[in-house]
Amino acid sequence: MSDALTFLMSYETLRVVWWLFLGVLLIGFAIMDGFDLGVGVLLPIVARTDDERRVLINTIGPTWEGNQVWFVLGGGAIFAAFPLIYAAAFSGFFVALILVLFALILRPVGFDYRSKLANPRWRSMWDVCLFIGGFVPALVFGVAFGNLLLGVPFRYDEALRVHYDGNFFGLLNPFALLVGVVSLSLLVSHGAVFLQLKTVGELRARARRWHRIAGLVFVASFAAAGVWIAFGVDGYRIASFAGTQAGSDPLAKSVVVEAGAWFANFRAQPVLWLIPLLAFAGAGAAWWLASRRAGWAFVASGLAVAATILTAGVAMFPFMMPSNLMPSHSLTVWDSTSSLLTLRWMFWMTVLFLPLIILYTSWVFRVMRGPVTLEQVRGSDTHY
Amino acid sequence: MISDTVVELSRLQFAATALYHFLFVPLTLGLSFLLAIMESVYVMTGNEIYKQMTKFWGKLFGINFALGVATGITMEFQFGMNWSYYSQYVGDIFGTPLAIEGLMAFFLESTFVGLFFFGWDRLSKVKHLGVTWLVALGSNFSALWILVANGWMQYPVGAEFNPDTLRMELTSFAQVFFSPVAQVKFVHTVSAGYVTGSCFVLGISAWYLLKRRHIAFAQRSFAIAAAFGLASTLSVITLGDESGYELGHVQKVKLAAIEAMWETHPPPAPFTVVGFIDQENMTTNHAIEIPWLMGLIATRSLTEPVTGLKDLVAEHEVRIRSGMQAYAALQSVRANPADAQARAALMERQRDLGYGLLVKRYAPNVVDATDAQIARAARDAIPLVAPLFWAFRVMVGCGVFMLLVFVLALVSASRRAIMRQRWVLKLAIVMMPMPWIASEMGWIVAELGRQPWTVAEVLPTWISVSSLTVGDLVFSLVGFVLLYTALLVVEMYLMVKFARKGPAEPDDAPGHAVVLGADAPAEPSKA
Repeated sequence: MSDALTFLMSYETLRVVWWLFLGVLLIGFAIMDGFDLGVGVLLPIVARTDDERRVLINTIGPTWEGNQVWFVLGGGAIFAAFPLIYAAAFSGFFVALILVLFALILRPVGFDYRSKLANPRWRSMWDVCLFIGGFVPALVFGVAFGNLLLGVPFRYDEALRVHYDGNFFGLLNPFALLVGVVSLSLLVSHGAVFLQLKTVGELRARARRWHRIAGLVFVASFAAAGVWIAFGVDGYRIASFAGTQAGSDPLAKSVVVEAGAWFANFRAQPVLWLIPLLAFAGAGAAWWLASRRAGWAFVASGLAVAATILTAGVAMFPFMMPSNLMPSHSLTVWDSTSSLLTLRWMFWMTVLFLPLIILYTSWVFRVMRGPVTLEQVRGSDTHY
Repeated sequence: MISDTVVELSRLQFAATALYHFLFVPLTLGLSFLLAIMESVYVMTGNEIYKQMTKFWGKLFGINFALGVATGITMEFQFGMNWSYYSQYVGDIFGTPLAIEGLMAFFLESTFVGLFFFGWDRLSKVKHLGVTWLVALGSNFSALWILVANGWMQYPVGAEFNPDTLRMELTSFAQVFFSPVAQVKFVHTVSAGYVTGSCFVLGISAWYLLKRRHIAFAQRSFAIAAAFGLASTLSVITLGDESGYELGHVQKVKLAAIEAMWETHPPPAPFTVVGFIDQENMTTNHAIEIPWLMGLIATRSLTEPVTGLKDLVAEHEVRIRSGMQAYAALQSVRANPADAQARAALMERQRDLGYGLLVKRYAPNVVDATDAQIARAARDAIPLVAPLFWAFRVMVGCGVFMLLVFVLALVSASRRAIMRQRWVLKLAIVMMPMPWIASEMGWIVAELGRQPWTVAEVLPTWISVSSLTVGDLVFSLVGFVLLYTALLVVEMYLMVKFARKGPAEPDDAPGHAVVLGADAPAEPSKA
């Protein structure tokens, strides 16, 4: 037992565990806040009248606030466990992140303030805000992931200060935009599945239509991105490094850029191919189940979301933020984490609190279960 | 080289977004507890008026909460965006409390706040009360971890410099958490939040009473706010005094700057009430002083001296010279990690390494800094005195005024004389903006007083910024100013509108209870 603990508490294991935790948080964010973002995008499309829009807003009204914490916690966890990534990625993607922040800031106020006044112009203004608040983050997160796969133009100087030699418009390249379409269509279809679970009648039928459209776009763009990576995107490979137990010094390694390197993990462990297959299977199952068992369709859709993120993570492992300017300055799992002691503390904190979070979040969803209808919204003083 | 404009704009943006966020946080902290208290009374007595109170003040809480959450998102990310060198240099320690805040507190608060609003019809009385308490607990835990993080910036304990990774690393989590600075700051700050919530409820209730509206409702709200507010104000002031005592030990520069103490006086030092600050010549003109008081506050003794700024600048010079040697040793270790002698020299002087970085602004190689450059860096190591001096006095003035009003309000309420003593009601309305002024001033004292450091004596502010362009910052800053101003206008409009409208009276037509935009009559809730 104590051997197992020693193994678990070693720097190497904890680094991998924290890579997994970060994946869990990202997936948690994409599944839980993802459908909120998707519903935001669908708000002006699926719902036409004010009452219909209130129904959509109230499907996520009681729970979006907690869901959004997955995003905030993701930020905090990267800061604590991967401070070098937190520093390099967030300053490197500065303008893109500012746009995401501005869009996300509109959401809490949009939800809470929209229905406080009856004025139609006031309400349609907030509807636009809620749409932006869903659309911009859903797109930009994918674009950011696309750029991670391509490598980001940064380097360190001798004081380990990160310099970034690109600009915002450089992020908007065709490949990254394709990955942006992947994430946008994925979250919109996820949101549409959620709406089929929480609405009835005409709204549900419209959500179903948009689920099909977004689902097809997702399957096509995800496959296209895979083909593009296979034939047009070079991957990164560590040629030599200080080891998995060494202190986090991103300059102590050499890296080569070569075609097909993003498939190296799949070649080494063919069982990993199940992950991208699961993304397709999840999307397909969600399509098939949506009209019969909406609850299971939501689970399938969640699996598709998780598998999509995991596919990108597994392809890049152990790279987290490759540099195309100075490949040897790339950030990997082995040289961008916190110290061993911090990883240990954060490990126990996560093991303690994450199950609690999942437990009470489930309880809240249980309390708020059941569809939201036009009649409920019209006659209530507890709805948005 | 790092552009001074980027540093200044980054500081401006951080200050603007933090001060703005801090307009909403204290009210959330205080009001969440007041809601929990009101609802507890409702559950214990079954008196519907307390439910009406919880719902009405809860509605105003919601308007404020939305902006607190919205502006908090910015805070979580802008360390990495604008202060990337800071983030990687101290993220090993500083990131931990932020992440725990998310795990333990923000999740709790945010998950249950939805049920607070939406759960009235779906939960039993006791369960709903539990939800309200969890929201209050969550928001207060949140403040705890944020202030643990901030306390570490003020007084960095439990960490050590690692030359191989070029950053500070955690050595003791317990020291970081139990840091006296963090604990004192936490109680001081959450108490200030309770004062804010109390002033808010007291002022609006007083307005109803003056207008003779919702009298039963307003009298009860007034009494609860007066009692909670008085206790909280006493706590703020006590802990503020405790902070002063802590400062005397661990942040001597900040203390001396707040008090414009240029010279080290023979103990016990006098307290300067007001005066004209002259930072250039390091003196205060036309000062009005109270003998002994400063020495008593800062040292609680008649014999211990309080070090003045001139002597502190002299100490800085010594530490800068030592820091230059630490920096030279660090360069040797970086060039040859096996150089044990240089490693030992660095570890011996690691407490002064930050001072070495301070002179880097003028002498990029550090080790060849001239006497003039060292003297300049030593002068830089004291913050701007005038804004600290005045911000502190405004904060304390507001605190004392609020204490008096809460005493009057509580006496008046307990003697059932509120309706006759209209001047007390008017004072309660006058007092409404004061907790916000005091909180903002408190932030300025704490954070401007930390300059020129982001982490006291470890990392200078100017070195902490990201390698951004002026254009990036102009874009973000203009965006924040426009967005935040628009949102503040909207928030104030809704707040005033719903405060003026007042609670729905039980005998009103049910339609008047409609709050969240239903355009048809509401059903009475079936709790």
